[in-house]
Amino acid sequence: MFIARVIGEVVSTVHHEALSSLKLLVIEKLSPEGDSLGDSLLAVDSVDAGVGDTVLIMDEGSSAALVTGLDDPPIRTVIVGVIDEINIEV
Amino acid sequence: MHLARVVGTVWATQKVETLTGYRMLVVQPLTHDLKKKGRPLVAVDTVSAAPGQLVYYVASREASKALEERFNPVDAAIVGIVDHVTIADS
Repeated sequence: MFIARVIGEVVSTVHHEALSSLKLLVIEKLSPEGDSLGDSLLAVDSVDAGVGDTVLIMDEGSSAALVTGLDDPPIRTVIVGVIDEINIEV
Repeated sequence: MHLARVVGTVWATQKVETLTGYRMLVVQPLTHDLKKKGRPLVAVDTVSAAPGQLVYYVASREASKALEERFNPVDAAIVGIVDHVTIADS
């Protein structure tokens, strides 16, 4: 999993059926300290994250099936948590 | 999933059987502010996208789940056409 920030949304009416009624957000990868790593991609939201939230991203297929409840969806990147706080000690 | 623009089409009559019937499009990956990111790649089209359109594709193993047949040699599949992308000004 990795840490990211939600920076936008994608509206798409024509898409693969597995994506129907799923929210698509634009995320930007962050370092644990919170600075942007300059790489953005799209993720399916499963926790009602909003623009500006720091989020936890799960980037692997079989868990995407678990989270979305679909069997074998063509989905890989899913937002699985809204992060309240990150505490780096070392 | 990644944003991309469809830039061309690939025709291959001689190919792995499970790919028959699917259009293969050349796509240029983009950043969230629609600048080019990396090199173009070939993705299987599942939403009848046309050259010039802004789309998003799923990469790696999950891409193969966008097709009907269970086992197919696909590592990038276009799964949606973008209507618009809204990016919050950070």
